[in-house]
Amino acid sequence: MSISTLFENYSEFRHFHPVDDMPHNPYKWAMAIDLDACSGCNACSVACYAENNLPVVGREKFAHGQAMHWMRIERYWDEDGRDFPDQGARYLPMMCQQCEAAPCETVCPVGATNHTPDGVNSQIYNRCIGSRYCSANCPYKVRYFNWYDYPTTDNVWPAEMNMQLNPDVTVRGKGVMEKCTFCIQRFKVAENDAKTQGRLVRDGDVQTACQQACPTNAITFGNLVDPESRVHKQWQAQQVDLAKDAQVKDQEEGGNGLRGYRIYEQLRPYPSVMYMERVRESAI
Amino acid sequence: MKDIREDIAWAQINKDVLKSLENPRKLYWVILFVAIAMVGVAAGCEIYQYNTGLGVGNFDNPHVWGLYIASFIFWIGMSHSGTLLSAILHLMHADWRKPIYRFAEAMTTFSLMTAGLFVAVHLGRVWQVYFAIPYPNMRQVWPNFQSPLLWDAMAIFTYLSSSILFLYVGMIPDLAICRDNMNPGWRRKLYTALALGWEGTDRQWRNFRMTYLTIACFLIPLAVSVHSIVASDFAMSQQPGWHITSFPPYFVAGALYSGCAAIITLFVILRYVFKFEEYMTLPILKKIVRLTFAISMVWTYLNLVEYATVWYGHDMAAKHLLIEKATGTYAPFWWMMNFCGSVVPFIMFFKRFQTNIPVLFSVSLLLNLGMWLERWMIVAPTFADGYYPWTWDHDQWPSLVQWGIVFGSFGWFTMLFMIFCKIFPSVSMYEVKEMVYHRSQATKKLEATGKFAAAGKGAH
Repeated sequence: MSISTLFENYSEFRHFHPVDDMPHNPYKWAMAIDLDACSGCNACSVACYAENNLPVVGREKFAHGQAMHWMRIERYWDEDGRDFPDQGARYLPMMCQQCEAAPCETVCPVGATNHTPDGVNSQIYNRCIGSRYCSANCPYKVRYFNWYDYPTTDNVWPAEMNMQLNPDVTVRGKGVMEKCTFCIQRFKVAENDAKTQGRLVRDGDVQTACQQACPTNAITFGNLVDPESRVHKQWQAQQVDLAKDAQVKDQEEGGNGLRGYRIYEQLRPYPSVMYMERVRESAI
Repeated sequence: MKDIREDIAWAQINKDVLKSLENPRKLYWVILFVAIAMVGVAAGCEIYQYNTGLGVGNFDNPHVWGLYIASFIFWIGMSHSGTLLSAILHLMHADWRKPIYRFAEAMTTFSLMTAGLFVAVHLGRVWQVYFAIPYPNMRQVWPNFQSPLLWDAMAIFTYLSSSILFLYVGMIPDLAICRDNMNPGWRRKLYTALALGWEGTDRQWRNFRMTYLTIACFLIPLAVSVHSIVASDFAMSQQPGWHITSFPPYFVAGALYSGCAAIITLFVILRYVFKFEEYMTLPILKKIVRLTFAISMVWTYLNLVEYATVWYGHDMAAKHLLIEKATGTYAPFWWMMNFCGSVVPFIMFFKRFQTNIPVLFSVSLLLNLGMWLERWMIVAPTFADGYYPWTWDHDQWPSLVQWGIVFGSFGWFTMLFMIFCKIFPSVSMYEVKEMVYHRSQATKKLEATGKFAAAGKGAH
């Protein structure tokens, strides 16, 4: 019975080239992030902590690099010779890029991380044995490992804060890998609601926690397959396409004015997050 | 000088080797005690880490792998020379291997067991390790056959079981000798069971030779593939410093290199501890030393090939990493590795050091230090200086828990190896007899034809 899947149907489970072989239909969840709008306020990160039951590891472990921030704001200081109070910085919100040809998926020995039909890179906590090969092969290093048993650690969620834990999201135990899920608990509800009503998810039906918290609307999330969605329009306007592995940008006078790109496109993981370059001159 | 005395009596061989099972020098007990103490350190560290979580090893976000994987590769690597000596040289009819191949083969088995331990130590949820085994189940869930780590697990398991089989099969005639000569007791019962009723009939010998040869032929491609697959763990990934085509041969060369160095170390120890001066002779040592020197040059060449391909390639991340290895926080270790791996072996180039036991003992330890550093310098700097600059972290240092477990793994290996040598004959009695017999026949023939003076070194 099951041994036959090993020999006959295994090809069904192989990872295909994302765009040509297996078009996502009717959903391909994707994101667009406007770095010009990002003010580096960290609201998205905080929202993510609240939404996804991320453990708050404390100052010491944070300094160790053991923080569990699925959504992190990266700060890049300007190097224009000015010192701290006057020195400007640029920000980049970074989370799992939900690559279509994800380097993490092929290397997991037990198949704990997979691509879903709606174009998201999923993580099966129960299946993970903690080899950390996925993180080793991730170019963005956006996978976070449970180095400790956080649910039983003091002050991760202090007693009075227990009530803020999200009942829709599992709390992960010791020794498993975790990462941004594009708030799978939200878009799955939206998908199911739409299904019971006999329609597709409309743009705006679902927001990720980071998008919802962003005061400047820098983050757009939606269904890339839907031609009416904001995210689709943004990708189109920037001429960014899932299958591309390089982006032409030209901010000069008379140039094409395009500023969309995906990080490490040239490695061809085909990430699902498009960033729009910052064009503001001022550092602040 | 001859590899072995040709007039040595067969009964004397039995007596000398069997004596090693009963009264080694005092040093044996010292080594065993120290080894067990080292295992104790590792066990303490592992219990602490198991209960608390891997975080106590000072792992963090970019540095998700550490000394465990580096040591894992090191121990897998060390296992290769046992196969080289026992299988490859067997097929090539190099009979000087005969007095030393048994302990080399035991080294293979026990270093594989040590490597397997690191898998368990490394995993976040070792209690779920059976998920990596393709067992039929109701839910039709399979491991991911695309993952090099899975190939790795399978290759190592195959290699371990084959080398145990090879070690055991090659030992059967000797176990029969032990059975016939030991005083009654648990040992005799053990040897009786393991000797499988060996009587030394013609038919048994014929079947035995065939079996031994078959396993030897099976083991050679396996040994090469195992370390190639370990190399694939890195070469098949996308990371700078790992994504290098020449890794499989480079790893295999490194494996043979560290294995040969370990053979020299153990040769020196066993020779003294078990009073094997008669069998583990200096001319044989000289041959291993020359072999080690040749392999060290192969490794050096492949190492330079790796640097050159990275340097002249257009992968800027990999090039940046190479420069960072040579100048950054890891520089002392990186240069040490190159020094130990490529410069130190030139000591073995000089004839007068090729039989100098204290010098060779220190050289062999230095070589293995270099090879351990090599593995560490493959694993760690890629995490410190990967693709994504924001996560660069050059200051991460493994905690004492990690070091303790790595330290203890040497004790674990030594403990298993020393216990083995005390229970089983670590010099192959029947093959030494063959060697002595063939050599004395060859000498007689030469004497008869009057060519003795021309071939003083003793032909095969």
